[in-house]
Amino acid sequence: MNGTNKENITENNAENNVLDDSKVSDTTVGAAKDNIIVRDNNFISQSPHIWRGISSAKIMYIFLASLIFPSVAAVYFFGLRAFWVMLASTATAVLVELIIKKARKKRFKMDGSALITGLLLALTLPPRIPIWMVVIGAAFSIALAKEVFGGLGHNIFNPALAGRAFLAICFPTFMTQWYLPGNYGVDAVTSASPLSENFIFQGTNMALYRDMFFGNTAGSIGETSAMLIILAGILLIAFRIIDWKIPLVYVATVVIMSLIFGEDILFQVMAGGLLFGAVFMATDYVTSPVTGLGRIIFAVGCGLITFLIRRFGAMPEGVCFSILVMNGFTPLIDRYIRPKPFGYMKPQKAKQAK
Amino acid sequence: MTIKRVKFTSGLKLPENKVTEHMPVARLELPSKVILPLQQHFGQQCNLLVKKGEKVRTGQLIADSDSFISAPIHSTITGVVSSVFKMINPLANSIVDAAEITASEEEELDFQSVNPVLEDIRKELGSLRENGEIENYLSGKIKELFDKINSIENEEIIASIKNAGIVGLGGAAFPTHVKLRPPEDKKIDSIIINGCECEPYITADHRIMLEYGMQMLIGAYIFYKVLNPEKVYIAIEDNKEDAIINIDSLIAKSGLADNFCVVSLKSKYPMGAEKTLIKNVLKRKVPMGGLPMDVGVVVNNVGTCKAACDAILKGQPLIEKIISVTGAVANPGNFIVRIGTPVSEILKCCGEFRSEIREIILGGPMMGNDINEENFPVTKAVNCILIKKGLPRNEGNCIRCGRCVNICPMNLLPLNYVNFVKNSKFEMCKEYYISSCIECGSCAYVCPSAIPIVAYIKTGKSILAGK
Repeated sequence: MNGTNKENITENNAENNVLDDSKVSDTTVGAAKDNIIVRDNNFISQSPHIWRGISSAKIMYIFLASLIFPSVAAVYFFGLRAFWVMLASTATAVLVELIIKKARKKRFKMDGSALITGLLLALTLPPRIPIWMVVIGAAFSIALAKEVFGGLGHNIFNPALAGRAFLAICFPTFMTQWYLPGNYGVDAVTSASPLSENFIFQGTNMALYRDMFFGNTAGSIGETSAMLIILAGILLIAFRIIDWKIPLVYVATVVIMSLIFGEDILFQVMAGGLLFGAVFMATDYVTSPVTGLGRIIFAVGCGLITFLIRRFGAMPEGVCFSILVMNGFTPLIDRYIRPKPFGYMKPQKAKQAK
Repeated sequence: MTIKRVKFTSGLKLPENKVTEHMPVARLELPSKVILPLQQHFGQQCNLLVKKGEKVRTGQLIADSDSFISAPIHSTITGVVSSVFKMINPLANSIVDAAEITASEEEELDFQSVNPVLEDIRKELGSLRENGEIENYLSGKIKELFDKINSIENEEIIASIKNAGIVGLGGAAFPTHVKLRPPEDKKIDSIIINGCECEPYITADHRIMLEYGMQMLIGAYIFYKVLNPEKVYIAIEDNKEDAIINIDSLIAKSGLADNFCVVSLKSKYPMGAEKTLIKNVLKRKVPMGGLPMDVGVVVNNVGTCKAACDAILKGQPLIEKIISVTGAVANPGNFIVRIGTPVSEILKCCGEFRSEIREIILGGPMMGNDINEENFPVTKAVNCILIKKGLPRNEGNCIRCGRCVNICPMNLLPLNYVNFVKNSKFEMCKEYYISSCIECGSCAYVCPSAIPIVAYIKTGKSILAGK
């Protein structure tokens, strides 16, 4: 029984089999053979017969378009160097995907997902990282974080973050060398990122907030401008590409935790990669839960872990690892958080009603 | 007078494409043959009562069943039973017996007898040809008519409706007489007359409400009389404002304003599905696996009401219905056709544009079945013939975007069924309440990876049922 079922399903036309059943013609009564409803070709389309036409590729390209905002900010603040980092990363990502698909003899479909992974990875890297490291990171993202699991839709961890985590573990010194924007030459000024312990800012709090809001601060190339990330986030939510629940709840959790532990709220929100992670990383479809409540739990988890790493951990920043940890919890959340179906009654109650 | 307007509803906004909206219902020529499957309803298949070669008249009973949940089948033309064979029933994905009747020259009617008090009305209706005249005649005599209907016993009405073979004409084809006989412990306090027609393209119910409004209302009154609820709601989507106004004025004219009221609903898919309709009109939730009766509601389609009116006033069994023929045809429109008319004969009248890849869909684009075979008959459950260019599907990987979860009117997790069915984990389907799915197609419509989710769900359901 199981074997035949599987055949039906893998052919994805179980209903056709009923229609093609040879029994139909066997039971025909004499002259009525002409009337037998048998189709001449095997094509039968399934309901619904209309489709909204918003394809995965379309969604990916709209998402990619929103990444123009942080990309432009990256080039503006960190110079052409940032552009080369982004180019190397995206090119490697697409190339590696192409090679793997060819090696596995699968159809390569340019759906934009590799471009997104590559660009997202680049935007989370420091400006002066050697290009060969970028290439390794991008190749790791696509090959070992995505394709190994079966490609788009099957990966457990966000590929871009996995790549970043890999680089952070392999090359910790390079991955924590931050530079102030505006110094493109060889004499670039190294600086601590705002979240580091040895970060000193000469000026008023207002000036610090202003710099962090516009992006004039040290950090990964794409994460510094809070303003542009928020703008891109609003556009993505307005176009219904991402669910508002994840970024909002994520940031809100960090705000509440900052209140409890007496941290500077505005600073906690705008510093580091929190906004970037909340808008572009945690909202990744494949690695976040599918239900509304599941997404809220996921976002709260991200917020808690981010804050705990920042406050108590050895690393200054925790966005990357918090999202990766919650990615790991996603299958579990989806297993146990299920909406109650329409008209659901508890088993005992249903018995009473009957 | 009092139109109840429901403002906030969830659902899917679909492109309506109701091109035949303003086209009056036309009567098609009698077909040269009809094919009558012996199961055109939800329930038990009927047994054929006539033999091959036997002469039958229009309206003559040709198949019946002893089962309670079943509806008899009548011959829809006058002619000779030319063959009996087996065919596919797309409604239940099974193989059923069918009878083919070839028409003879003269049409002879074999209608049921009606109650003596309605006999004079039947005679006068018989002399009227135009539908407009019938409507005027009925609205002139409406008070007298209601009194006469009131004087008939409930049992007799239910028996006439059963004998007329009336089933729900909205698409599910549930036998109507079953709905009129609720178990004693279930008190029906509301009837909803479903005129939503939320599927794109279809306009048959819309035209019924405009042109056959009085007959529909009499049908609704018959249900009201039998079930004796407190209120009758006529639910219409707000994209049919003319129908809302027409029905509202007819209610006022016939003095039913105390118990009948029109409910205007937002045009969202799947508004016409029984469970969502009850939720939006009455704020009641039909329990899982239950019937509308469990929350004191009976839902009937407007077409069913008109059929009930025909059965009680004229003694006419369910032999014809109003359908929309639309899509890639030269002359789209709304037509009265005899049940069993092959699709090819209808398409001949409408001038189909031929192309290599085309779908012939019985029903709307969201839930209809592609038959891809012109000899197929129009059954009781069909309310639209849609000719469409085939939709090429490039099924991709599920990216878990959650759009299907957001849109599902039954609060299910459609993406999981795809996985379970692909991996033959049918028990898991049950655990995720696959039987609650109403197969409305919203999930597959919004799916960015173009996965035919409904097809997977139907496969899962039929395999579970077969176990």
